[in-house]
Amino acid sequence: MLTVYPYFLKAAWVTIQLSVLTTILGLFCGGLGAAARLSRFVVLRYIGAAYVSFIRGTPALIQLFILYFGGPQIGIQLDAFEAGVIGLGVNIGAYMTETIRGAIISIDKGQIEAARTLGMSRGQSFRKVVLPQAMRLMIRPLGVNINALIKGTALVAAISVVELTYTAQRYIGSTYKPFEMFLISGILYMIIIYITSRAVTWLDNKAKIV
Amino acid sequence: MDTEKPFVDIRHAQKSYGSLEVLKDISLKVNRGEIVAIIGPSGSGKSTLLRAINDLDPLTGGEVWLEDVQVNKTLPHRQYEKHINHVRQNIGMVFQHFNLFPHLNVRENITLAPRMLKGLTVDEANTLAEEQLDKVGMLERIDYYPSQLSGGQKQRVAIARALAMKPKVMLFDEATSALDPELVEEVNLVMKKLAEEHMTMIIVTHEMGFAESVCDRVLFMDQGVVVEEGPPSVIFRNPENERTKNFLRKHLASNKE
Repeated sequence: MLTVYPYFLKAAWVTIQLSVLTTILGLFCGGLGAAARLSRFVVLRYIGAAYVSFIRGTPALIQLFILYFGGPQIGIQLDAFEAGVIGLGVNIGAYMTETIRGAIISIDKGQIEAARTLGMSRGQSFRKVVLPQAMRLMIRPLGVNINALIKGTALVAAISVVELTYTAQRYIGSTYKPFEMFLISGILYMIIIYITSRAVTWLDNKAKIV
Repeated sequence: MDTEKPFVDIRHAQKSYGSLEVLKDISLKVNRGEIVAIIGPSGSGKSTLLRAINDLDPLTGGEVWLEDVQVNKTLPHRQYEKHINHVRQNIGMVFQHFNLFPHLNVRENITLAPRMLKGLTVDEANTLAEEQLDKVGMLERIDYYPSQLSGGQKQRVAIARALAMKPKVMLFDEATSALDPELVEEVNLVMKKLAEEHMTMIIVTHEMGFAESVCDRVLFMDQGVVVEEGPPSVIFRNPENERTKNFLRKHLASNKE
């Protein structure tokens, strides 16, 4: 049994890498998606809405399969890890789009009016008045998105990325101990999530104004 | 006072939301240094008229002029934005709910726009903020955040923020309506001080006593029209129109309760 532990630690490291890269890509997609959904231009608003409803309306596993197995058919060759990051990143990006958009539209209209009456442009009002307030509001809900994303990385086991879930499955064969194997991976997920949520709480407290 | 050329000139202002007409052909001329109060029941269009002056609520018809510049010019989007941002620097506005920026302290609330729009250095902007805060009696709270201030204090800071842009005219949209009664006076005192300095002011208010003591002229609006206008002594003591009389009577009665 002891001999499998190093593999689990290695697998945890892969899960962490997946999580970090997916978070970065997700935030990027979420920022773009929110910008599109809040755009003055109707075409961009439609594109943003289509992105969100496609992603949220289909299983993440199907999205991963389309990208990884279907990709080569239309000329997209990705290794399993790349497909995992891109698939999960674009997926969580749709949820983050709604989180970011929600935080932005929840800022009181009076804030924009005050900025505009001082003579600030739309862009200046957004950057200096709306966004700094919205950013504080979105920390916790984005933390919820990231929590979901970390657990969601288990899906990439299905396209054979050697992360925690895949590793557990792999060593069942040689150890005949599914209970322990899945328990170990579960505990490692929990540690990663615990650390992340502490970080989110810390950030949220730090961002409090007074 | 130059009576030939009005400072703020609203010509045939008209505003409707669909079939609902909120402003029906209103014209108003305000001279430099003049202080005008707009009173009337809620829904009379008084706030809409005030917010049309800086084009926050654009009119559907008519023109607004500030000195020799038309505020609500028809221009392509980008040019209009440039134009209106420039015009608005000359028109200070104070809101019922203060609208201070909660993520910035008092100093930053005041220095943000002058630094960004007028290119003031940090030192220049700080000096300006201190001057304006001193004027409204809030200098000792310069490092506080809005959430640490009372309503009256917030409103005084909001006035200082507007004044820091050195506006030519100040618009007050029910500046004391959201305040606890005991906090109204401190804001009124600041507005009186501005009046003594001959700031041009247009004040939408429910404070009849204040309007009477400070304003040169009072407009009574109802259902999108100016029903009656004149010096406060006439409007408050000897109104001619039945609707004005009615409104004042009801208002007086509700204030005595």
